[in-house]
Amino acid sequence: MSKAREVLLNPIFNDNPIALQILGICSALAVTTNLYPTLLMCLALTSVLCLSNLFVSIIRNHIPTNVRMIVQITLIASLVVLVDEILKAYDYETSKTIGVFVALIVTNCIVMGRAEAYAMQNGPWLSFLDGLGNGLGYSLILIIVATIRELFGSGTLFGYEILILTQNGGWYLGNNYMVLSSSSFILIGLFIWLLRSWKVEQIEEPEFQVARNNLETKEAGTRV
Amino acid sequence: MNKNDTLLKTLFVGITLCLVCSIIISLTAVGLRDQQKLLKQKDQQSKILSSAGLLTNQKNIEELFMAIEERVINLDTGEYADSLDPKSFDGKNFESEDYSKDPLTSVQLSSDTDISSLKRRENFIKIYFYKENNNIKAVILPVRGLGLWGTLYGYLAIEPDLNTIIGLEYFSHKETPGLGAEVDNPRWKSKWRGKKIRSSSGEFKIEVIKGLVNLESPERKYQVDGLSGATITSRGVSNMLTFWLGELGYAKFLNKLKVEIENEEALNV
Repeated sequence: MSKAREVLLNPIFNDNPIALQILGICSALAVTTNLYPTLLMCLALTSVLCLSNLFVSIIRNHIPTNVRMIVQITLIASLVVLVDEILKAYDYETSKTIGVFVALIVTNCIVMGRAEAYAMQNGPWLSFLDGLGNGLGYSLILIIVATIRELFGSGTLFGYEILILTQNGGWYLGNNYMVLSSSSFILIGLFIWLLRSWKVEQIEEPEFQVARNNLETKEAGTRV
Repeated sequence: MNKNDTLLKTLFVGITLCLVCSIIISLTAVGLRDQQKLLKQKDQQSKILSSAGLLTNQKNIEELFMAIEERVINLDTGEYADSLDPKSFDGKNFESEDYSKDPLTSVQLSSDTDISSLKRRENFIKIYFYKENNNIKAVILPVRGLGLWGTLYGYLAIEPDLNTIIGLEYFSHKETPGLGAEVDNPRWKSKWRGKKIRSSSGEFKIEVIKGLVNLESPERKYQVDGLSGATITSRGVSNMLTFWLGELGYAKFLNKLKVEIENEEALNV
């Protein structure tokens, strides 16, 4: 696999920012009630991530090390403001629902994490691809979570009725838990479980071993 | 020491970066401002039209909105405030202070009258008429009030008898999706059509009840089904209507308007 392909595709399953690095899950909880805002959010994050990686990488040889994080954050924040302004100018309706989360991309750990961990050491093209790859990895999980939540919570996909809700005269009783943010915790957890059963190398070493039960050792002792 | 870490270079990089970023942001913000304003206005207009049941897919919003007449009224006296130009009136006074917060243009509400948790109420507000051949067909009044998580903002459209509701449409709220946010559900919204605000003796009646409206009950024309799982939002909607259609809200204006409409009808006959 060429280096560029690896950089682009690795973050999708092997090194997924949400599932393996557990970064940036706040927005994954908040915006995923419906598919359409989720897609816009993914687009917003991916473009910020690509461009911030690109710009950080371009000026990486001139960034003074003692203020490098401030420089990165300034770049990221500027890009986020741009994306927010553009969203407001072209899709006001959606910007009303996800606007606050778009602004919070600044604090999304993935963006700053990739700038610091990758773009500071690599060239612009590879950094751009790294941003794109991580953006896609993030989007993949958000889209899966949003599809499940919208379908079972509101019975719709992209706002089109699939399962007709009882309050609209249909047969499906909407799962109200799915429309609450905490349900994405469980969905993301299940996804991580599935992913790690498939890619066993992602399972982390346990940080400590549970001590053996004292009672059991005593009993075992008396039995001898 | 790394050549990048000198004081001069640090300052240079910092200042250049800030300048470049701020210039790009300002240019984008200024460049997109008109477009943003247009979309925001369109959104509001579409909600105003839709509250009065005028929104159809065939015509575009601007064209439909031509039939809407905007007027600013004084809530204290119930008179038109024609000194304020409705086209430029946007709820802000010339110092761009919110009318509803400025002590000069708003009144403090006491805790027993402030059932919708507004704290203050503005004296001037913009309302809308839908007219056909100079006859009022609908009166559209902005309403707002506390739900569960925050204030709901919307428009209430009533028929020229000033007692029959055409529709209630919210353009901004923070209610729970699937529960309180069902105020946006077209099925629920359609339940408002034809409901009466007051009984024939003038008693204030309209309310969102808990559960479903009993279709046999004589009270049914004053009652709207509650939103299941959203008791507080439902109560918020009731309170908001009670406040805005009451003495501190539009009651004075509506009484004057009623006389005006009756006089006009008498002239036409």
